[in-house]
Amino acid sequence: MAPDARPELSPEILPHGLDGLLVRFSLSPDPRAMAAVQRLAADLSDRPPEGSVEIAPALVSCLLRFDPARTRPEALEADLLARARAALVDGAPLAPRRRWTLPTAFGGAAGPELEPIARQMGLTPDQAIAQICGTDLAVLAIGFAPGQPYLGLLPEGWNLPRLPDLVPEVPAGAVVVALRQIVIFGNPSPTGWRQVGRMAFRSFWPDRAEPMPLAPGDAIRLVPVPADRIAALEAEPDGMGGATCEAPA
Amino acid sequence: MTALILDAVSGLLSVQDMGRPGHLARGLSRGGAMDRLALIEAAALLASPAPLPAIEMAGAGGRFRAGAPLWLALTGAPMRAALDGRPVPWNATLRLEPGAVLTIGAAEQGMLGYLTPAGGIAGPGWLGSRAAHLNIGIGAPLAAGAVLPCGPDPAPQRGPRLIRPLPRFAGGTLRLIDGPQTDLFAPEERAAFLAATFHRAPRSNRQAIALDGPRPFRAEGARQLAGGLASDVIGPGDVQMAGEGVPTVLMAECQTIGGYPRIGTILPDDLPRLAQTPPGGTVRFQHLTLAEGRAVHRSEETLLREARTRTGPLIRDPSTMPDLLAYSLISGVVRGNEAD
Repeated sequence: MAPDARPELSPEILPHGLDGLLVRFSLSPDPRAMAAVQRLAADLSDRPPEGSVEIAPALVSCLLRFDPARTRPEALEADLLARARAALVDGAPLAPRRRWTLPTAFGGAAGPELEPIARQMGLTPDQAIAQICGTDLAVLAIGFAPGQPYLGLLPEGWNLPRLPDLVPEVPAGAVVVALRQIVIFGNPSPTGWRQVGRMAFRSFWPDRAEPMPLAPGDAIRLVPVPADRIAALEAEPDGMGGATCEAPA
Repeated sequence: MTALILDAVSGLLSVQDMGRPGHLARGLSRGGAMDRLALIEAAALLASPAPLPAIEMAGAGGRFRAGAPLWLALTGAPMRAALDGRPVPWNATLRLEPGAVLTIGAAEQGMLGYLTPAGGIAGPGWLGSRAAHLNIGIGAPLAAGAVLPCGPDPAPQRGPRLIRPLPRFAGGTLRLIDGPQTDLFAPEERAAFLAATFHRAPRSNRQAIALDGPRPFRAEGARQLAGGLASDVIGPGDVQMAGEGVPTVLMAECQTIGGYPRIGTILPDDLPRLAQTPPGGTVRFQHLTLAEGRAVHRSEETLLREARTRTGPLIRDPSTMPDLLAYSLISGVVRGNEAD
Protein backbone atom coordinates (compact mmCIF):
# COMPACT_ATOMS: atom_id res chain seq x y z
CA MET A 1 0.00 0.00 0.00
CA ALA A 2 1.33 3.46 -0.89
CA PRO A 3 2.32 5.63 2.06
CA ASP A 4 -0.51 7.89 3.12
CA ALA A 5 0.18 11.55 2.43
CA ARG A 6 -2.55 12.75 4.77
CA PRO A 7 -1.54 14.00 8.21
CA GLU A 8 -1.52 11.50 11.01
CA LEU A 9 -4.70 11.37 13.07
CA SER A 10 -4.49 12.28 16.71
CA PRO A 11 -7.44 11.23 18.87
CA GLU A 12 -8.92 13.75 21.31
CA ILE A 13 -10.94 13.07 24.45
CA LEU A 14 -13.55 15.82 24.85
CA PRO A 15 -16.29 16.49 27.41
CA HIS A 16 -19.81 15.74 26.15
CA GLY A 17 -22.23 17.05 28.75
CA LEU A 18 -21.66 16.36 32.43
CA ASP A 19 -21.68 12.58 32.11
CA GLY A 20 -20.10 11.91 28.73
CA LEU A 21 -16.69 11.77 27.10
CA LEU A 22 -16.33 11.88 23.34
CA VAL A 23 -13.39 10.20 21.62
CA ARG A 24 -12.90 12.04 18.33
CA PHE A 25 -10.46 10.86 15.69
CA SER A 26 -11.16 13.57 13.14
CA LEU A 27 -13.55 16.45 12.53
CA SER A 28 -14.13 15.40 8.91
CA PRO A 29 -15.34 12.06 7.53
CA ASP A 30 -11.88 10.50 7.12
CA PRO A 31 -11.98 6.73 6.30
CA ARG A 32 -9.11 6.00 8.72
CA ALA A 33 -11.09 7.68 11.52
CA MET A 34 -14.18 5.65 10.62
CA ALA A 35 -12.19 2.42 10.84
CA ALA A 36 -10.70 3.49 14.18
CA VAL A 37 -14.17 4.23 15.60
CA GLN A 38 -15.28 0.74 14.59
CA ARG A 39 -12.35 -0.83 16.43
CA LEU A 40 -12.73 1.42 19.47
CA ALA A 41 -16.49 0.79 19.76
CA ALA A 42 -15.91 -2.98 19.53
CA ASP A 43 -13.19 -2.76 22.19
CA LEU A 44 -15.39 -0.67 24.51
CA SER A 45 -18.29 -3.09 24.09
CA ASP A 46 -16.09 -6.11 24.77
CA ARG A 47 -14.33 -4.58 27.77
CA PRO A 48 -16.50 -1.71 29.12
CA PRO A 49 -14.57 0.63 31.41
CA GLU A 50 -15.64 0.67 35.06
CA GLY A 51 -18.63 2.98 35.47
CA SER A 52 -19.55 3.17 31.78
CA VAL A 53 -23.28 3.40 31.12
CA GLU A 54 -23.58 3.68 27.35
CA ILE A 55 -21.40 3.50 24.24
CA ALA A 56 -22.61 5.22 21.07
CA PRO A 57 -20.44 5.53 17.96
CA ALA A 58 -20.92 8.17 15.26
CA LEU A 59 -18.89 8.20 12.03
CA VAL A 60 -15.58 9.59 13.31
CA SER A 61 -16.27 9.87 17.03
CA CYS A 62 -17.57 7.66 19.80
CA LEU A 63 -19.44 8.73 22.93
CA LEU A 64 -19.02 7.02 26.25
CA ARG A 65 -21.54 7.96 28.91
CA PHE A 66 -20.56 7.22 32.50
CA ASP A 67 -22.10 7.20 35.96
CA PRO A 68 -20.41 10.03 37.87
CA ALA A 69 -21.15 8.18 41.11
CA ARG A 70 -19.12 5.17 39.98
CA THR A 71 -16.11 6.64 38.22
CA ARG A 72 -13.95 9.75 37.92
CA PRO A 73 -13.78 11.26 34.42
CA GLU A 74 -10.03 11.85 34.81
CA ALA A 75 -9.42 8.12 35.16
CA LEU A 76 -11.67 7.37 32.20
CA GLU A 77 -9.92 9.93 30.00
CA ALA A 78 -6.55 8.22 30.34
CA ASP A 79 -8.06 4.81 29.63
CA LEU A 80 -9.96 6.13 26.59
CA LEU A 81 -6.90 7.84 25.15
CA ALA A 82 -4.84 4.66 25.38
CA ARG A 83 -7.63 2.63 23.75
CA ALA A 84 -8.15 5.27 21.04
CA ARG A 85 -4.43 5.24 20.13
CA ALA A 86 -4.47 1.45 19.93
CA ALA A 87 -7.61 1.54 17.74
CA LEU A 88 -5.85 3.89 15.35
CA VAL A 89 -2.72 1.79 14.81
CA ASP A 90 -4.37 -1.62 14.95
CA GLY A 91 -4.95 -2.53 11.30
CA ALA A 92 -6.35 -5.99 12.01
CA PRO A 93 -9.79 -6.54 10.46
CA LEU A 94 -12.68 -6.70 12.88
CA ALA A 95 -14.50 -9.91 13.56
CA PRO A 96 -18.13 -8.78 13.45
CA ARG A 97 -20.53 -10.36 15.91
CA ARG A 98 -23.31 -10.64 13.36
CA ARG A 99 -23.53 -10.85 9.57
CA TRP A 100 -26.69 -9.64 7.87
CA THR A 101 -27.80 -10.35 4.30
CA LEU A 102 -30.37 -7.88 2.98
CA PRO A 103 -32.22 -8.60 -0.30
CA THR A 104 -32.25 -5.48 -2.48
CA ALA A 105 -33.75 -4.54 -5.85
CA PHE A 106 -31.47 -2.28 -7.90
CA GLY A 107 -32.14 0.11 -10.78
CA GLY A 108 -35.38 0.90 -12.59
CA ALA A 109 -38.13 2.36 -10.41
CA ALA A 110 -36.45 0.83 -7.35
CA GLY A 111 -33.22 2.75 -8.01
CA PRO A 112 -33.59 5.55 -10.53
CA GLU A 113 -30.05 6.87 -9.94
CA LEU A 114 -28.26 3.57 -10.57
CA GLU A 115 -27.85 4.04 -14.31
CA PRO A 116 -26.64 7.65 -14.26
CA ILE A 117 -24.17 6.81 -11.49
CA ALA A 118 -22.88 3.74 -13.36
CA ARG A 119 -22.46 5.79 -16.54
CA GLN A 120 -20.61 8.48 -14.59
CA MET A 121 -18.26 5.80 -13.22
CA GLY A 122 -17.76 4.15 -16.63
CA LEU A 123 -19.48 0.95 -15.52
CA THR A 124 -22.49 -1.01 -16.74
CA PRO A 125 -25.41 -1.06 -14.24
CA ASP A 126 -24.63 -4.73 -13.57
CA GLN A 127 -21.01 -3.89 -12.79
CA ALA A 128 -22.13 -1.14 -10.42
CA ILE A 129 -24.48 -3.58 -8.65
CA ALA A 130 -21.65 -6.13 -8.45
CA GLN A 131 -19.42 -3.53 -6.75
CA ILE A 132 -22.07 -2.69 -4.14
CA CYS A 133 -22.98 -6.32 -3.48
CA GLY A 134 -19.33 -7.44 -3.51
CA THR A 135 -18.40 -5.04 -0.71
CA ASP A 136 -18.26 -6.19 2.89
CA LEU A 137 -20.12 -3.31 4.50
CA ALA A 138 -20.33 -2.48 8.18
CA VAL A 139 -22.90 -0.53 10.18
CA LEU A 140 -20.74 2.55 10.84
CA ALA A 141 -23.32 4.35 12.94
CA ILE A 142 -27.06 4.52 13.49
CA GLY A 143 -28.75 7.88 13.48
CA PHE A 144 -31.04 10.38 11.77
CA ALA A 145 -33.92 8.07 12.80
CA PRO A 146 -34.13 5.09 15.15
CA GLY A 147 -32.43 2.03 13.72
CA GLN A 148 -31.43 3.75 10.50
CA PRO A 149 -27.92 2.66 9.49
CA TYR A 150 -25.04 4.39 7.80
CA LEU A 151 -23.21 1.58 5.96
CA GLY A 152 -19.71 1.72 4.54
CA LEU A 153 -17.41 1.99 3.01
CA LEU A 154 -17.93 1.43 -0.74
CA PRO A 155 -14.89 1.48 -3.07
CA GLU A 156 -13.23 4.88 -3.80
CA GLY A 157 -15.20 5.39 -7.03
CA TRP A 158 -18.35 5.75 -4.93
CA ASN A 159 -17.14 8.94 -3.26
CA LEU A 160 -20.14 10.73 -4.79
CA PRO A 161 -21.09 14.21 -3.58
CA ARG A 162 -24.52 14.93 -2.16
CA LEU A 163 -26.99 16.29 -4.72
CA PRO A 164 -27.15 20.10 -4.90
CA ASP A 165 -30.93 19.93 -4.40
CA LEU A 166 -32.93 17.71 -2.08
CA VAL A 167 -35.05 14.97 -3.62
CA PRO A 168 -38.44 15.76 -1.99
CA GLU A 169 -39.16 12.15 -1.10
CA VAL A 170 -37.74 8.67 -1.45
CA PRO A 171 -39.88 5.75 -0.23
CA ALA A 172 -39.42 3.63 2.88
CA GLY A 173 -36.72 1.04 2.17
CA ALA A 174 -34.88 3.32 -0.27
CA VAL A 175 -31.17 2.46 -0.60
CA VAL A 176 -29.30 5.71 -1.19
CA VAL A 177 -25.59 6.40 -1.74
CA ALA A 178 -23.14 9.29 -1.28
CA LEU A 179 -19.65 9.75 0.19
CA ARG A 180 -18.83 5.99 -0.13
CA GLN A 181 -21.72 5.27 2.25
CA ILE A 182 -25.15 3.72 1.97
CA VAL A 183 -28.18 4.76 3.98
CA ILE A 184 -31.33 2.64 4.15
CA PHE A 185 -34.34 4.84 4.86
CA GLY A 186 -36.84 3.48 7.35
CA ASN A 187 -39.58 5.92 6.35
CA PRO A 188 -40.40 8.10 3.33
CA SER A 189 -37.85 10.93 3.55
CA PRO A 190 -36.37 13.82 1.67
CA THR A 191 -32.71 13.26 0.83
CA GLY A 192 -29.70 14.77 -0.85
CA TRP A 193 -28.32 11.28 -1.51
CA ARG A 194 -28.97 9.22 -4.66
CA GLN A 195 -31.34 6.25 -4.73
CA VAL A 196 -29.86 3.15 -6.37
CA GLY A 197 -32.16 0.50 -4.93
CA ARG A 198 -34.92 -0.44 -2.53
CA MET A 199 -35.40 -3.18 0.06
CA ALA A 200 -38.31 -4.54 2.09
CA PHE A 201 -36.25 -4.55 5.30
CA ARG A 202 -37.39 -1.86 7.75
CA SER A 203 -34.66 -0.74 10.15
CA PHE A 204 -37.30 0.57 12.62
CA TRP A 205 -40.46 -1.42 13.34
CA PRO A 206 -41.85 -0.54 16.79
CA ASP A 207 -44.02 -3.64 17.22
CA ARG A 208 -41.28 -6.14 16.45
CA ALA A 209 -39.49 -7.96 19.30
CA GLU A 210 -36.36 -6.16 18.07
CA PRO A 211 -37.62 -2.75 16.94
CA MET A 212 -34.13 -1.64 15.87
CA PRO A 213 -32.32 -4.86 14.90
CA LEU A 214 -29.11 -3.44 13.44
CA ALA A 215 -26.26 -2.46 15.77
CA PRO A 216 -23.05 -0.56 15.08
CA GLY A 217 -20.33 -2.98 13.95
CA ASP A 218 -22.72 -5.48 12.35
CA ALA A 219 -21.47 -6.77 8.98
CA ILE A 220 -23.82 -6.26 6.02
CA ARG A 221 -24.05 -7.70 2.51
CA LEU A 222 -26.68 -6.59 0.03
CA VAL A 223 -27.87 -9.30 -2.39
CA PRO A 224 -29.61 -8.42 -5.64
CA VAL A 225 -33.16 -9.71 -6.14
CA PRO A 226 -35.85 -8.78 -8.70
CA ALA A 227 -38.20 -5.94 -7.85
CA ASP A 228 -41.23 -8.25 -7.61
CA ARG A 229 -39.43 -10.24 -4.90
CA ILE A 230 -39.23 -7.03 -2.80
CA ALA A 231 -42.96 -6.47 -3.30
CA ALA A 232 -43.62 -10.02 -2.03
CA LEU A 233 -41.30 -9.55 0.97
CA GLU A 234 -43.06 -6.29 1.86
CA ALA A 235 -46.25 -8.27 2.37
CA GLU A 236 -44.65 -10.18 5.27
CA PRO A 237 -45.86 -8.88 8.65
CA ASP A 238 -42.51 -8.42 10.42
CA GLY A 239 -40.81 -5.78 8.31
CA MET A 240 -37.68 -7.94 8.11
CA GLY A 241 -37.79 -7.99 4.33
CA GLY A 242 -36.17 -11.40 3.99
CA ALA A 243 -33.13 -10.32 5.98
CA THR A 244 -31.03 -13.15 7.37
CA CYS A 245 -28.70 -12.79 10.34
CA GLU A 246 -25.86 -15.10 11.14
CA ALA A 247 -24.12 -14.91 14.50
CA PRO A 248 -20.81 -16.76 14.56
CA ALA A 249 -20.67 -19.54 17.14
CA MET B 1 -58.02 -0.04 38.32
CA THR B 2 -59.39 3.47 37.97
CA ALA B 3 -59.16 5.59 34.86
CA LEU B 4 -58.82 9.21 33.91
CA ILE B 5 -61.33 10.24 31.26
CA LEU B 6 -60.46 13.04 28.90
CA ASP B 7 -63.66 14.80 27.82
CA ALA B 8 -62.05 17.72 26.00
CA VAL B 9 -58.55 18.75 24.96
CA SER B 10 -57.40 22.34 24.61
CA GLY B 11 -53.57 22.01 24.43
CA LEU B 12 -51.12 19.46 23.05
CA LEU B 13 -51.40 16.59 25.53
CA SER B 14 -49.26 13.45 25.67
CA VAL B 15 -48.28 10.82 28.23
CA GLN B 16 -44.70 11.39 29.42
CA ASP B 17 -42.36 9.90 31.99
CA MET B 18 -38.59 10.10 32.43
CA GLY B 19 -38.07 8.50 29.02
CA ARG B 20 -36.13 5.46 27.79
CA PRO B 21 -32.37 5.98 28.15
CA GLY B 22 -29.74 3.58 26.83
CA HIS B 23 -30.57 3.35 23.11
CA LEU B 24 -28.31 6.04 21.63
CA ALA B 25 -26.26 3.47 19.69
CA ARG B 26 -29.48 2.36 17.96
CA GLY B 27 -30.47 5.91 17.07
CA LEU B 28 -33.14 6.47 19.72
CA SER B 29 -32.94 9.46 22.05
CA ARG B 30 -34.24 9.28 25.61
CA GLY B 31 -37.39 11.34 25.08
CA GLY B 32 -39.68 11.82 28.08
CA ALA B 33 -40.98 14.94 29.81
CA MET B 34 -39.72 18.31 28.55
CA ASP B 35 -39.77 19.66 32.15
CA ARG B 36 -38.39 16.70 34.11
CA LEU B 37 -38.44 18.78 37.28
CA ALA B 38 -42.25 18.93 37.09
CA LEU B 39 -42.40 15.12 37.30
CA ILE B 40 -39.92 15.21 40.20
CA GLU B 41 -42.04 17.80 42.02
CA ALA B 42 -45.14 15.68 41.38
CA ALA B 43 -43.34 12.65 42.86
CA ALA B 44 -42.46 14.73 45.93
CA LEU B 45 -46.08 15.85 46.34
CA LEU B 46 -47.39 12.31 45.97
CA ALA B 47 -44.66 10.80 48.22
CA SER B 48 -43.67 8.54 45.34
CA PRO B 49 -40.15 7.07 45.48
CA ALA B 50 -39.67 7.92 41.78
CA PRO B 51 -41.28 10.07 39.07
CA LEU B 52 -44.50 8.62 37.60
CA PRO B 53 -45.96 8.60 34.08
CA ALA B 54 -48.04 11.77 33.74
CA ILE B 55 -49.92 13.86 31.21
CA GLU B 56 -47.81 16.65 29.75
CA MET B 57 -50.01 19.58 28.70
CA ALA B 58 -48.44 22.10 26.32
CA GLY B 59 -50.12 25.51 26.30
CA ALA B 60 -53.37 24.44 27.94
CA GLY B 61 -55.03 21.38 29.44
CA GLY B 62 -58.53 20.06 28.94
CA ARG B 63 -61.48 18.61 30.82
CA PHE B 64 -60.97 15.51 32.98
CA ARG B 65 -63.10 13.08 34.97
CA ALA B 66 -62.22 10.03 37.06
CA GLY B 67 -63.89 6.62 37.06
CA ALA B 68 -63.23 6.21 40.81
CA PRO B 69 -61.78 8.50 43.53
CA LEU B 70 -58.37 9.57 42.27
CA TRP B 71 -55.58 11.58 43.88
CA LEU B 72 -53.45 13.51 41.43
CA ALA B 73 -50.79 16.21 41.40
CA LEU B 74 -50.74 19.37 39.27
CA THR B 75 -47.21 20.69 38.63
CA GLY B 76 -45.17 22.56 36.05
CA ALA B 77 -46.47 25.73 34.41
CA PRO B 78 -49.32 27.11 36.56
CA MET B 79 -52.55 26.69 34.63
CA ARG B 80 -55.99 27.94 35.58
CA ALA B 81 -57.60 24.88 37.16
CA ALA B 82 -61.10 24.46 38.52
CA LEU B 83 -63.00 21.61 40.11
CA ASP B 84 -66.69 21.84 39.23
CA GLY B 85 -66.13 25.51 38.52
CA ARG B 86 -64.29 26.36 41.77
CA PRO B 87 -60.61 27.34 41.45
CA VAL B 88 -58.14 24.81 42.84
CA PRO B 89 -54.48 25.45 43.62
CA TRP B 90 -51.69 24.50 41.25
CA ASN B 91 -48.49 22.89 42.59
CA ALA B 92 -50.73 20.80 44.78
CA THR B 93 -52.44 17.46 45.06
CA LEU B 94 -56.14 17.13 44.45
CA ARG B 95 -58.74 14.41 44.98
CA LEU B 96 -60.95 13.94 41.96
CA GLU B 97 -64.24 12.25 42.83
CA PRO B 98 -66.29 10.31 40.29
CA GLY B 99 -68.72 12.68 38.65
CA ALA B 100 -66.62 15.77 39.39
CA VAL B 101 -65.15 17.69 36.47
CA LEU B 102 -61.59 19.06 36.54
CA THR B 103 -61.05 21.83 34.03
CA ILE B 104 -57.50 22.92 33.21
CA GLY B 105 -57.24 26.06 31.11
CA ALA B 106 -54.38 27.98 29.58
CA ALA B 107 -50.97 28.40 31.21
CA GLU B 108 -50.79 31.63 33.19
CA GLN B 109 -47.01 31.48 33.15
CA GLY B 110 -44.67 29.06 31.43
CA MET B 111 -45.66 26.51 28.81
CA LEU B 112 -46.04 22.99 30.14
CA GLY B 113 -48.33 21.77 32.90
CA TYR B 114 -48.33 18.21 34.24
CA LEU B 115 -51.15 16.11 35.66
CA THR B 116 -49.83 13.08 37.56
CA PRO B 117 -52.20 10.46 39.02
CA ALA B 118 -50.94 9.08 42.36
CA GLY B 119 -50.42 5.65 40.76
CA GLY B 120 -49.14 7.06 37.48
CA ILE B 121 -50.66 6.57 34.05
CA ALA B 122 -50.67 2.80 33.50
CA GLY B 123 -50.92 0.85 30.28
CA PRO B 124 -48.48 -0.81 27.94
CA GLY B 125 -45.07 0.78 27.56
CA TRP B 126 -42.53 0.51 24.79
CA LEU B 127 -38.88 -0.28 25.56
CA GLY B 128 -39.56 0.17 29.26
CA SER B 129 -41.25 3.57 29.11
CA ARG B 130 -44.78 4.89 28.82
CA ALA B 131 -43.60 8.13 27.15
CA ALA B 132 -45.00 9.18 23.79
CA HIS B 133 -42.17 9.95 21.35
CA LEU B 134 -44.20 12.00 18.90
CA ASN B 135 -41.37 12.62 16.45
CA ILE B 136 -41.03 8.92 15.58
CA GLY B 137 -44.67 7.90 15.91
CA ILE B 138 -44.47 6.19 19.31
CA GLY B 139 -47.73 7.06 21.03
CA ALA B 140 -49.75 10.03 19.85
CA PRO B 141 -51.18 13.30 21.14
CA LEU B 142 -54.16 12.58 23.38
CA ALA B 143 -57.57 13.26 21.89
CA ALA B 144 -60.97 13.93 23.48
CA GLY B 145 -62.57 10.66 24.52
CA ALA B 146 -59.31 9.08 25.66
CA VAL B 147 -59.60 6.82 28.69
CA LEU B 148 -56.27 6.51 30.48
CA PRO B 149 -55.88 3.67 32.99
CA CYS B 150 -54.21 4.76 36.23
CA GLY B 151 -52.05 2.59 38.48
CA PRO B 152 -53.23 1.83 42.04
CA ASP B 153 -52.65 4.59 44.59
CA PRO B 154 -50.23 3.21 47.21
CA ALA B 155 -51.65 5.62 49.83
CA PRO B 156 -55.30 6.43 49.07
CA GLN B 157 -55.78 7.87 52.59
CA ARG B 158 -53.40 10.73 51.83
CA GLY B 159 -54.31 14.38 52.48
CA PRO B 160 -53.88 17.42 50.25
CA ARG B 161 -50.34 18.84 49.92
CA LEU B 162 -48.67 21.81 48.31
CA ILE B 163 -45.16 22.33 46.95
CA ARG B 164 -43.18 25.51 46.47
CA PRO B 165 -41.82 24.96 42.95
CA LEU B 166 -38.36 25.97 41.78
CA PRO B 167 -38.91 29.18 39.75
CA ARG B 168 -38.51 28.55 36.00
CA PHE B 169 -41.58 29.87 34.22
CA ALA B 170 -40.53 33.22 32.78
CA GLY B 171 -37.20 32.76 30.96
CA GLY B 172 -33.93 33.84 32.54
CA THR B 173 -30.37 32.61 32.58
CA LEU B 174 -29.29 29.29 31.09
CA ARG B 175 -25.93 27.97 32.24
CA LEU B 176 -23.77 26.71 29.37
CA ILE B 177 -20.71 24.46 29.38
CA ASP B 178 -18.35 23.86 26.48
CA GLY B 179 -18.98 20.87 24.24
CA PRO B 180 -16.76 18.96 21.82
CA GLN B 181 -17.29 21.52 19.04
CA THR B 182 -17.08 24.78 21.01
CA ASP B 183 -13.58 25.42 19.61
CA LEU B 184 -15.01 25.56 16.07
CA PHE B 185 -16.38 29.00 17.05
CA ALA B 186 -13.91 31.91 17.19
CA PRO B 187 -13.45 33.45 20.67
CA GLU B 188 -15.12 36.70 19.59
CA GLU B 189 -18.11 34.72 18.22
CA ARG B 190 -18.46 32.90 21.54
CA ALA B 191 -18.19 36.19 23.44
CA ALA B 192 -20.89 37.75 21.25
CA PHE B 193 -23.13 34.73 21.85
CA LEU B 194 -22.71 35.00 25.62
CA ALA B 195 -23.40 38.76 25.51
CA ALA B 196 -26.57 38.40 23.43
CA THR B 197 -30.19 38.32 24.55
CA PHE B 198 -32.45 35.77 22.87
CA HIS B 199 -36.16 35.25 22.55
CA ARG B 200 -37.76 31.84 22.30
CA ALA B 201 -38.95 31.49 18.71
CA PRO B 202 -42.46 30.23 18.03
CA ARG B 203 -41.05 27.41 15.86
CA SER B 204 -40.26 24.80 18.45
CA ASN B 205 -41.51 21.39 19.49
CA ARG B 206 -40.47 18.41 21.62
CA GLN B 207 -37.45 17.93 19.35
CA ALA B 208 -35.86 21.39 19.48
CA ILE B 209 -36.40 25.00 20.51
CA ALA B 210 -35.17 27.75 18.19
CA LEU B 211 -33.96 31.08 19.60
CA ASP B 212 -34.24 34.46 17.89
CA GLY B 213 -31.14 36.55 18.49
CA PRO B 214 -29.46 39.72 17.30
CA ARG B 215 -27.56 38.05 14.46
CA PRO B 216 -26.41 34.65 13.11
CA PHE B 217 -23.54 32.85 14.85
CA ARG B 218 -21.07 31.06 12.59
CA ALA B 219 -18.61 28.26 13.24
CA GLU B 220 -15.68 29.50 11.17
CA GLY B 221 -13.68 26.42 12.13
CA ALA B 222 -16.29 24.16 10.54
CA ARG B 223 -16.36 26.16 7.32
CA GLN B 224 -12.59 25.83 6.97
CA LEU B 225 -12.63 22.02 7.08
CA ALA B 226 -11.70 20.75 3.61
CA GLY B 227 -13.65 17.53 4.07
CA GLY B 228 -16.63 19.18 5.76
CA LEU B 229 -17.83 18.60 9.31
CA ALA B 230 -18.73 14.98 10.06
CA SER B 231 -21.96 14.24 11.90
CA ASP B 232 -21.43 13.72 15.61
CA VAL B 233 -23.32 12.37 18.63
CA ILE B 234 -25.77 15.02 19.89
CA GLY B 235 -28.04 15.23 22.89
CA PRO B 236 -30.59 17.32 24.82
CA GLY B 237 -29.22 20.72 25.82
CA ASP B 238 -26.81 20.99 22.90
CA VAL B 239 -27.01 24.43 21.27
CA GLN B 240 -26.49 23.88 17.56
CA MET B 241 -26.31 26.51 14.87
CA ALA B 242 -28.72 25.48 12.12
CA GLY B 243 -27.97 26.29 8.49
CA GLU B 244 -28.33 30.06 8.77
CA GLY B 245 -26.53 30.32 12.12
CA VAL B 246 -29.73 30.28 14.21
CA PRO B 247 -29.21 28.84 17.71
CA THR B 248 -31.40 25.78 18.14
CA VAL B 249 -31.46 23.91 21.45
CA LEU B 250 -31.96 20.17 21.19
CA MET B 251 -34.68 18.87 23.50
CA ALA B 252 -36.18 15.55 24.67
CA GLU B 253 -37.00 14.06 21.26
CA CYS B 254 -33.87 15.19 19.42
CA GLN B 255 -32.06 12.95 16.95
CA THR B 256 -28.96 11.14 18.20
CA ILE B 257 -26.54 12.17 15.45
CA GLY B 258 -26.39 15.57 13.80
CA GLY B 259 -24.21 17.60 11.49
CA TYR B 260 -24.67 21.22 12.61
CA PRO B 261 -21.89 22.76 14.72
CA ARG B 262 -22.68 23.10 18.45
CA ILE B 263 -21.41 26.02 20.50
CA GLY B 264 -22.01 24.34 23.87
CA THR B 265 -24.45 22.47 26.10
CA ILE B 266 -26.99 23.83 28.57
CA LEU B 267 -26.75 22.21 32.01
CA PRO B 268 -29.55 19.63 32.41
CA ASP B 269 -30.53 21.58 35.56
CA ASP B 270 -31.60 24.52 33.36
CA LEU B 271 -33.45 22.69 30.56
CA PRO B 272 -36.78 22.84 32.45
CA ARG B 273 -36.41 26.64 32.49
CA LEU B 274 -35.94 26.75 28.72
CA ALA B 275 -38.79 24.28 28.11
CA GLN B 276 -41.06 26.50 30.20
CA THR B 277 -40.06 29.79 28.53
CA PRO B 278 -43.04 30.89 26.44
CA PRO B 279 -42.61 32.10 22.83
CA GLY B 280 -41.11 35.57 22.93
CA GLY B 281 -39.73 35.00 26.44
CA THR B 282 -36.18 36.17 27.08
CA VAL B 283 -33.18 33.95 27.77
CA ARG B 284 -29.48 34.64 28.13
CA PHE B 285 -26.51 32.35 28.55
CA GLN B 286 -23.95 32.21 31.34
CA HIS B 287 -20.74 30.30 30.69
CA LEU B 288 -19.53 27.81 33.30
CA THR B 289 -16.37 25.76 33.17
CA LEU B 290 -16.92 22.02 33.19
CA ALA B 291 -15.68 21.91 36.81
CA GLU B 292 -18.15 24.64 37.79
CA GLY B 293 -20.92 22.80 35.96
CA ARG B 294 -20.18 19.56 37.76
CA ALA B 295 -20.04 21.41 41.08
CA VAL B 296 -23.45 23.08 40.75
CA HIS B 297 -25.23 20.17 39.04
CA ARG B 298 -27.79 18.27 41.09
CA SER B 299 -28.72 14.75 40.11
CA GLU B 300 -32.38 13.89 39.72
CA GLU B 301 -32.19 11.79 42.90
CA THR B 302 -30.90 14.85 44.78
CA LEU B 303 -33.57 17.03 43.21
CA LEU B 304 -36.28 14.66 44.42
CA ARG B 305 -34.91 14.60 47.97
CA GLU B 306 -34.72 18.38 47.93
CA ALA B 307 -38.21 18.74 46.42
CA ARG B 308 -39.69 16.73 49.31
CA THR B 309 -38.45 19.45 51.69
CA ARG B 310 -40.48 22.03 49.75
CA THR B 311 -43.79 20.26 50.28
CA GLY B 312 -46.25 20.75 53.11
CA PRO B 313 -49.84 19.96 53.97
CA LEU B 314 -52.62 22.10 52.57
CA ILE B 315 -54.22 23.34 55.77
CA ARG B 316 -57.37 24.99 54.43
CA ASP B 317 -60.03 23.45 52.29
CA PRO B 318 -59.71 25.26 48.97
CA SER B 319 -63.42 24.81 48.25
CA THR B 320 -64.19 27.28 51.05
CA MET B 321 -61.78 29.92 49.70
CA PRO B 322 -63.41 32.06 47.04
CA ASP B 323 -60.24 33.92 46.04
CA LEU B 324 -57.90 31.02 46.43
CA LEU B 325 -55.14 32.24 44.15
CA ALA B 326 -54.49 35.25 46.39
CA TYR B 327 -53.73 33.10 49.43
CA SER B 328 -50.48 31.91 50.80
CA LEU B 329 -51.71 28.47 51.66
CA ILE B 330 -49.11 27.22 54.08
CA SER B 331 -46.33 28.93 55.91
CA GLY B 332 -43.41 29.43 53.58
CA VAL B 333 -45.24 27.97 50.64
CA VAL B 334 -46.49 30.41 48.06
CA ARG B 335 -47.55 29.90 44.48
CA GLY B 336 -43.89 29.84 43.60
CA ASN B 337 -43.70 32.08 40.59
CA GLU B 338 -43.72 35.42 42.40
CA ALA B 339 -39.95 35.73 42.36
CA ASP B 340 -39.44 34.87 38.70
